[in-house]
Amino acid sequence: MDSPVSSGATTDVYLADSVKVAAKILVVGHFAVGKTTFVGTMSEIRPLSTEETMTQAGAHVDDLTGAGRKTTTTVALDFGRLTLSDRLVLYLFGTPGQQRFAQVWKDMTLGALGALVLIDPQRFDQSFDVIGLLEEYDVPYAVAINRFDGAVEHPLEKLRTALDLLPETPLVTCDARDRASSTEALMALVRYLQLRASKELA
Amino acid sequence: MTNDPTAKSDAPDLVRPYVITRGRGHPTREGLDLVSLVIALPGDESPHILDPESTRLLALCRGGILSVAEVAAHLKLPIGVVKVLLSDLMDTGLVATRRPIPTAELPKTQLLQEVLDGLARL
Repeated sequence: MDSPVSSGATTDVYLADSVKVAAKILVVGHFAVGKTTFVGTMSEIRPLSTEETMTQAGAHVDDLTGAGRKTTTTVALDFGRLTLSDRLVLYLFGTPGQQRFAQVWKDMTLGALGALVLIDPQRFDQSFDVIGLLEEYDVPYAVAINRFDGAVEHPLEKLRTALDLLPETPLVTCDARDRASSTEALMALVRYLQLRASKELA
Repeated sequence: MTNDPTAKSDAPDLVRPYVITRGRGHPTREGLDLVSLVIALPGDESPHILDPESTRLLALCRGGILSVAEVAAHLKLPIGVVKVLLSDLMDTGLVATRRPIPTAELPKTQLLQEVLDGLARL
C-alpha cells in the first residue's frame, strides 16, 4: 500500500490528536550562520523543507536574476516541530534573510511570536539586513551569537554596540549543535516576549 | 529514479503548480497560515470530483493532524498551491483547520507562558 507520506519519514509524522494550538517562532540570520543546524537540533521530526512560489513580477527580482521577464521564483523554507504539551506545538522556521523575499517574509512573520537572530561573530555585519527586516515587519527578536569552533570571542557588549541593539534586546550565546544551549536561547527570547506582552497590557 | 509516490512527475516545475490550481493563485479562504492545523473530516469524497493532488492531500490528512507547512512539505507542493487546494476541500466539507493562534480564546501572555513552560521541560 502506498503511503502518502515521504519514504524515510519517521512514524511520528503526525501531531498528537490532542494538539489544539500551534505557535511559530522564526530562526533568522545570514547565509550559513547555522539556521538549519539550529532547527535540526530542536526539531522532534526530521526537519522538513517546502517552497513558497512567488509569481508576481518584481523589478528588483529581475535585476537580481538577470533572467529577463522572469515572473516566478521559489524560496525554500526549512522548518522543524516541537510538541511542547498535550495541546501546544511550536514550529521553528528557518528564514532566509534577503530583502527580495518580501512575500515570503509577509507569510512567515504573520502570527509569529518572535524571532531568534543567529549571528556569526566573525561576520556580524552581514546581519544588519535581517535585523532591519524584522524591525520593518515589527517582529520582536532576541539575538544569539552562534559560537563556532575556534571563533574569537568578542565581548558581548561590544557586539551589542556594533549591532546597534536596544538595551532591552536579549543578547545571548548559543551552540546551535547543542540542544540544551539552543533551548536556553529560545527561552531567552520567550522571556523577552513575555516582558513586552506584560508592558503592552500595563 | 524513485518509487516514492510523493515524488514529482517529470513535468517542469514552475508551471505545473498553477495547472493544479486551475490557474488560481489565491485560496478562496483567508486566514490559512503556515501553521494552521489541518484535520480531515469524516465524510465520503466520492460525490466530489477531486484532482489527484487533492486526493493525495486528503489521504495524507486522514492519517492525523498536520500543519499547512507539513502538508506542503510531504506532498512536495508549494505552500501557495496547498492553500488553494485546502480552501477547496474546506468548501466541500472534507477538511477543517484549527486557526494557528486563537487569540480571542488564548491571551498572548498565557500562550507565551505555555511555550516557556514547554521549553523548560525539554
